[in-house]
Amino acid sequence: MTLLGEFCLWVALLLSLWATAVAFSGRWKGRPDLSASVSGAVYGTFGALAVATLALWKGLASHDFNIEYVAAYTSRNLPTGYIVSALWAGQKGSLLFWAVVLSLFAALAQLLTSRRHAHLLPYVAGVTSAVTAFFVCTMLFAANPFERMAFTPADGRGLNPQLQNPGMMIHPPMLYLGYISLTIPFAFAIAALLSRSLDTGWIHAIRKWTLVSWLFLAIGITLGMWWAYVELGWGGYWAWDPVENASLLPWLTMTAFLHSVMIQEKRGMLKRWNLGLIIGTFLLSIFGTFITRSGVIASVHSFTQSNVGYFFLGFLVVCCILSFTLLYTRWPSLKADVQLESVLSREAAFLFNNLLLVGIAFSVLWGTLFPILSELVRGSKITVGPPFFNRVNVPLGLLLLGLTGIGPLIAWRKASPANLRRQFTWPVAAGIVTALVLFAIGARDLYALTALGLAGFVAGTILQEFYRGMRARRRMHGESAAVALARLVARNRRRYGGYLVHAGVLIYFVAFSGMAFRREMEATLKPGESVTLASPFGHTYTLTHVGISQFEALNRIVSAATVSVAKDGRSQGLITSEKRQHVDSFRRPTFEPSTEVGIRSNLQEDLYITYAGSVGGTEEAVYRFTINPLVWWVWFGGFVLALGGLITMWPGGGAALVSPRRVEPGYQASLAATGAAE
Amino acid sequence: MSDLSRRGFLGRLGAATLLPIQAQGPLAGQGEVGRLRDPAAAGRPRAPTEIADYDERIKAIEHRLACTCGCTLDIFTCRTTDFTCTYSPQLHREVVEMDRAGKTAEEIIDAFVDKYGEKALMAPKPEGFNLWGYLLPGSAILVAGGALVALISRRRIVVAGAAGGAGPQPGVDDTGGETNAAPPASAEEMERLRRALAEVDD
Repeated sequence: MTLLGEFCLWVALLLSLWATAVAFSGRWKGRPDLSASVSGAVYGTFGALAVATLALWKGLASHDFNIEYVAAYTSRNLPTGYIVSALWAGQKGSLLFWAVVLSLFAALAQLLTSRRHAHLLPYVAGVTSAVTAFFVCTMLFAANPFERMAFTPADGRGLNPQLQNPGMMIHPPMLYLGYISLTIPFAFAIAALLSRSLDTGWIHAIRKWTLVSWLFLAIGITLGMWWAYVELGWGGYWAWDPVENASLLPWLTMTAFLHSVMIQEKRGMLKRWNLGLIIGTFLLSIFGTFITRSGVIASVHSFTQSNVGYFFLGFLVVCCILSFTLLYTRWPSLKADVQLESVLSREAAFLFNNLLLVGIAFSVLWGTLFPILSELVRGSKITVGPPFFNRVNVPLGLLLLGLTGIGPLIAWRKASPANLRRQFTWPVAAGIVTALVLFAIGARDLYALTALGLAGFVAGTILQEFYRGMRARRRMHGESAAVALARLVARNRRRYGGYLVHAGVLIYFVAFSGMAFRREMEATLKPGESVTLASPFGHTYTLTHVGISQFEALNRIVSAATVSVAKDGRSQGLITSEKRQHVDSFRRPTFEPSTEVGIRSNLQEDLYITYAGSVGGTEEAVYRFTINPLVWWVWFGGFVLALGGLITMWPGGGAALVSPRRVEPGYQASLAATGAAE
Repeated sequence: MSDLSRRGFLGRLGAATLLPIQAQGPLAGQGEVGRLRDPAAAGRPRAPTEIADYDERIKAIEHRLACTCGCTLDIFTCRTTDFTCTYSPQLHREVVEMDRAGKTAEEIIDAFVDKYGEKALMAPKPEGFNLWGYLLPGSAILVAGGALVALISRRRIVVAGAAGGAGPQPGVDDTGGETNAAPPASAEEMERLRRALAEVDD
């Protein structure tokens, strides 16, 4: 199978190079007949890479330990699910996964793009094929997943214990899908520049793709936080690790694009900015991959250091030069149709929102690269950890949260004082009341108090928008509240889906602020001994060490430490935290023992228990107990954000389903008469 | 015995059997603790926790100091998370010893910087070149924001008096709500408004 796999990689390389060459030369030479050949090559590339992927999966499933990759990441006793996920567990396999998904997206872009944008497709095929060719080249010349060894070990090393978690079966693919799908909007942007089709056509063509990328990145980042929380054992979900930062960067710039693109659609402004954002987002995704795979910056997530990093650095530089040179050459054609008229307008709010999102992205990038810069300038190494990022980014994040509430309240073009008064009164009141109530009940952390006050303001904005829309429908159509709400969302998916995304972001911020009230302690307990830990919500946990049991599972020896939990004297059941010594099929230890935390989660807080180890090989256990407030809301915020994203991108709705009444002239007057405008 | 039911008899028998077992058990935490069948499988042996291990003052210092094992975590997080790390327990002991010797938090941190270099800090001190790290992002945003405001204000003066371009009516919010009382609109303006509202509600 390795021969077939490697052969398919070569076929994919030739096909993608052919597609790249023919796509560009065909357009330049005015040979539309070559387009069919390009599309065929794109589909063929996907077919070849799909076969290569199946070949590697076959090697993983059949325990062909002569393949270096199979021996490095699996063992005979590895559960089947993790054999599947081993495809993206290592450097080489993940490059193949990237290439095959990219070729799939490239094929889908050819298949699904509306005929209206057919003139862009040859260039799109050219760009996607060039990127695919780069990945296949990298595999063939620097990280071949089908490389064989001179001998065949009896068993493989097995998968890193921290990757043996259900979250790792879905978190990396989601992030990869986000990263990879960014290539399609980038390809359309380059196609628009090359073909000088600089109207809003390319934006309409990529709308779904940008939302898909953004959604996958958002889900991938949230799942990554969840995995870090349940698996890494340090009790948090975001550590500002360089690789975490690398995933955040394109998400931030893509979020900026999703806002600024509305300005281009509605007002014909920000054309240069939007193209720059799409190009920048793609480059940041390659930059993130470079960081992860080069080892240039220390990270707990990094793949093994290899020369793959040089390939990515070279590719990044080439893409950067070509893309921005092309943008520069089209600069005069990208002049805005109209100009901004007022600072107090929806357009300006979106612009400031963009400024903050891109500013935060720059700030994260700056912090991530600052150790390298410092070493270059001063010759001394420094560490840039969470205290730095929190100090620099938390104020910016709070500003952004505020703008999340302000943007939807301001009128287009220019807001009047009456408009501002009418729109802002209730949301601002909600924010002030929230902050005052929290202050009255004892909250004193400035950042947490500000975040929660702003969250109250944003919640007020969102609720007001839903309420007014629903009330307008009820008055116009006599619908019940539930029906009016459902139809309001169904017929204005982009707008109300967007508000749900804002709600998700606001929930995130509320949940993040909970960490300011975190409590933690360490204790050494013999069986039967207890400690108490006070919750920030006023109750007290009594934690009693029950004992440690040891047993063997499929690929590990488990030492399970059990704690009996009582809350204000009432029993809450048992929580178990484990040490896992993973072994191969000969029962030989493969990695250092890993830790599995025990978590009891509710809407208020998580009780997070870590079994640190035993004293002198006895049942006397060392524990770390942590109370993490509001963590459940992080995952719920992710769910709401993903739901909002799905609603926004769901097909249908919008203009096609708009009530006939709305498309008649004089609609504003009718609406105002029904009181919707109050 | 004749009036004792079968259920009562079994209950008394059970109680008589269990009572000695309960009586033999040690008080919580007072007796011998059992040995693990495979101690190596439970990770590295741990020393019992001391007060200094979870002292808030020590913890606060350790949160500001980076572990030198290359994990990117601070000393406290590393020693209470990565139980295979041999560096962070040693660094913890150094912090505790200095604390016992009467050094203040700042003196301990300075001693770490002297011994391990500036990279011992989780965040560089905001002084000298490091100020660029702290101030550049915020300053850049402020400058760009100020420039934007100035630019828009300048354009407003230029645009003032001229007919508005394509796009939503000034002062119209998303609910189609008012704004300033508008003069009667022409059919052309109404058509533009209709298009704008349709776009806004899309």
